[in-house]
Amino acid sequence: MISIDWSAFTPWASLIGGVLIGLSAAAFILLSGRIAGISGILGGLFNPHKSDVVWRLMFLAGLIGAPVVWLAFNTLPAIEIEAGAPVIIIAGLLVGIGTRYGSGCTSGHGVCGLSRLSPRSLVATVSFMLAGFLTVFLVRHLLGGN
Amino acid sequence: MKNAITALLVGLVFGVGLLLSGMANPAKVLGFLDIAGPWDPSLALVMIGAIAVGMVAFSMAAKRTKSLLGNDIKLPASRSIDKRLIVGSLLFGVGWGLAGFCPGPSLVALGAGESKAFIFFIAMVAGMALFEFIERSRIRG
Repeated sequence: MISIDWSAFTPWASLIGGVLIGLSAAAFILLSGRIAGISGILGGLFNPHKSDVVWRLMFLAGLIGAPVVWLAFNTLPAIEIEAGAPVIIIAGLLVGIGTRYGSGCTSGHGVCGLSRLSPRSLVATVSFMLAGFLTVFLVRHLLGGN
Repeated sequence: MKNAITALLVGLVFGVGLLLSGMANPAKVLGFLDIAGPWDPSLALVMIGAIAVGMVAFSMAAKRTKSLLGNDIKLPASRSIDKRLIVGSLLFGVGWGLAGFCPGPSLVALGAGESKAFIFFIAMVAGMALFEFIERSRIRG
């Protein structure tokens, strides 16, 4: 049975944060004509067209700059990273290779792809969600690690 | 110039959304992915909020050929649901479940000065480079 951790549940912050993510994806497709998919924007730097480099770097700079701008108004929310360095390295490699083979991540497939009702993105999203659920189940409940 | 500033602002709002929503916190992401433990369903609301807005925008975009700044609207052309898509997404999901980071939040955490986010980012870029290397050597045959 699923037991909900109500003490950790943050419905309004998560919903409003989601709306902000949706608004930025909306602004990007309507203003620039592009998909706000982070792995694609980053991975595209490996074989860039000349006209492509600047906007890709600017988008990534915006993401990296977000906590800096946030700090000007408020203290940063918690960022808790439980995994140790070896696990982080393996996870990073898998995320890098996987998102490029799968042509997208949580933003490109999960937000933009599902928003435009792409069957391909639905399959991708179901796949990475399932793998995520299973991995956490294995690590936390079968291997008892973390 | 307009495109560069747009990309910067879009990235910024995206990052603020990730911070506010809790997506930038790996512990919260893992709390969502851990359905057998005390489950935190918050991140389902992130997807609902984002997709509700996104659906309106993408249905508007589908009717246009040019964006408001005059660029071609580039919607993904591929429709094939193949092994690459599924295996790639599964590998991504395993990595996501191990660390609690997907690409966007790792960049936000990097900007917040988290050293483990930096390690994750370097490994992720290395993974992407490995993909490029494999693809190029495959094409050269």
